[in-house]
Amino acid sequence: MRRAIPLTILAVVGTVLIVSVFLPPLENLGEDFTLFFDIIAVFAFFLGGGNLVRIHFNKLWRKRKDWGFSIVTLFGFFFMLVIGLLKIGNPGGIGADPTAEGSWFQETFNYVINPLQSTMYALLAFFVASASYRAFRAKNREATLLLLAAFIILLGRTPFGVMLTAWVPESWSIAQIPNLAVWIMNSPNLAGQRAIIIGIGLGVVSMSLRLILGIERSYLGEDRG
Amino acid sequence: MGKVNLTLLLAAVAIVIIIAIALIFPLERLGQLYSLLLIFGGLVALLLRSIFAKEVDRRIIFLFIFVAVAAPLLFPITFSEKPTAVVKAVFDRVESLPPGSTVLLSFDFDPAMAPEVQPMANAISRHCLKKGHKVIFMSLWATGQALLTQSLTNTILPEFPEKQDGIDYVNIGYKAGNEGVLNVIVSNFEKMFPTDVNSVPLGEIEIFDDIRSCRDLDFIVSFGGGLPGSKEWVLFVGDPGGVDVAAGVAAVVAPQLYPYYPAQLVGILGGVKGAAEYEFSLKETYPDLKDMDTPGLKMMGPQTLAHIVIISFIVIGNIIYFRGRRKEKGQ
Repeated sequence: MRRAIPLTILAVVGTVLIVSVFLPPLENLGEDFTLFFDIIAVFAFFLGGGNLVRIHFNKLWRKRKDWGFSIVTLFGFFFMLVIGLLKIGNPGGIGADPTAEGSWFQETFNYVINPLQSTMYALLAFFVASASYRAFRAKNREATLLLLAAFIILLGRTPFGVMLTAWVPESWSIAQIPNLAVWIMNSPNLAGQRAIIIGIGLGVVSMSLRLILGIERSYLGEDRG
Repeated sequence: MGKVNLTLLLAAVAIVIIIAIALIFPLERLGQLYSLLLIFGGLVALLLRSIFAKEVDRRIIFLFIFVAVAAPLLFPITFSEKPTAVVKAVFDRVESLPPGSTVLLSFDFDPAMAPEVQPMANAISRHCLKKGHKVIFMSLWATGQALLTQSLTNTILPEFPEKQDGIDYVNIGYKAGNEGVLNVIVSNFEKMFPTDVNSVPLGEIEIFDDIRSCRDLDFIVSFGGGLPGSKEWVLFVGDPGGVDVAAGVAAVVAPQLYPYYPAQLVGILGGVKGAAEYEFSLKETYPDLKDMDTPGLKMMGPQTLAHIVIISFIVIGNIIYFRGRRKEKGQ
């Protein structure tokens, strides 16, 4: 019974979602099932939040390594939760947009989360430069091709690339760096990406069929069907 | 003593030259000149050093990148842009829609992607409102709604004070559920978004008088770079709903979207360059927008210099590699 119920739910929902794409009368049912997913996803938020609090509270209680960071995590979590739920400082009151300008929630986002996340991502520029210096070396034919492609794309993404090959006549415009960059994106890159997408697509179809037919049962905690 | 005198003389000459340049050029030009001298002088010195197969410490690379990014931000260097076909296609699509068309703009990104994606989102929002289109703003990312508020209150709406909420534009906000949200709104908006962000029922909003689902929209632009993003908009809304979709994404994601262009994606705006090209087209087409904020165009300076620095370090790295190999063979 413990296996039969989830297997049946999955088989019915999966089949309806596929069929509803091809049969318009079943479209409504497909929408409803998607909404059910959304409702279930809300419980995942509770579960995720609860788990976060449990783990960090435990760490704090037992004074495990780096327990100080747990204080920051728990404070940040409860602070955002309270100001978001109660809409503290929101000029429109409790019914207004939670991210309304002037609300504590939006101000914290603007002045804490925004700069912190931007800074983390900006650090990538330094590591990309250092990694390019060490990795892009013409050690063999394939590496040289990769190096040349990287050169053209890097130059093609700047006005400097336009300036460098501005002298090339229009009849040879393919030799202009920005056009070469577009060619790399539109031909070799496109071919590779398309192959990956088709491969993933076929994988998704086969995995979905295995799930709907009950062959794949690893999500139930079983190794194989 | 003679050596000391010569050094003092050279130092005095250098100071006089610096003061003379400072008097001739304005501060901005001077900043640009000194930072360019510093970057290119340093790179030439490292290039000469690389002949002796001496590796460059990564902290030096970090320093160069810092100067290459910071200097053009402090002393702006701007370039003229030539819009590429992929960007022009999006611009022309917005331009060719008759006034009063309904366009949906989805802010599916976080602060990490915002410096690249927000300028293009602002430029397209501005373009749509300027053309008199009705705009529906939404987000599939929790962080997207806050960034949408930022864009609307700080940049877009102050430029269009005559535009009215619910009539010319509406913000329906964020909804959790990723692809599930798209799967529903492709056939029914109200089921997934019963109200807008201010708790006004969708049935009472004028824009939604003739809009029941995404199938009734004239154009959709998804701004993002992660999951869910532009690809999901194509798969779950664009193709099944028969609606034109365009993408504005971080540069690192753009190559993944080329398989969908031009059949399933009208066009692609990739990174700061895509934003800069769109801003340039907008300024050229609408002279009254010449004073608008153009972060995309401004950020092309740091991007250009950073790319030149990276290319230079790749060249230096290869010289060191080949010189080192020759040395090894010699031994």
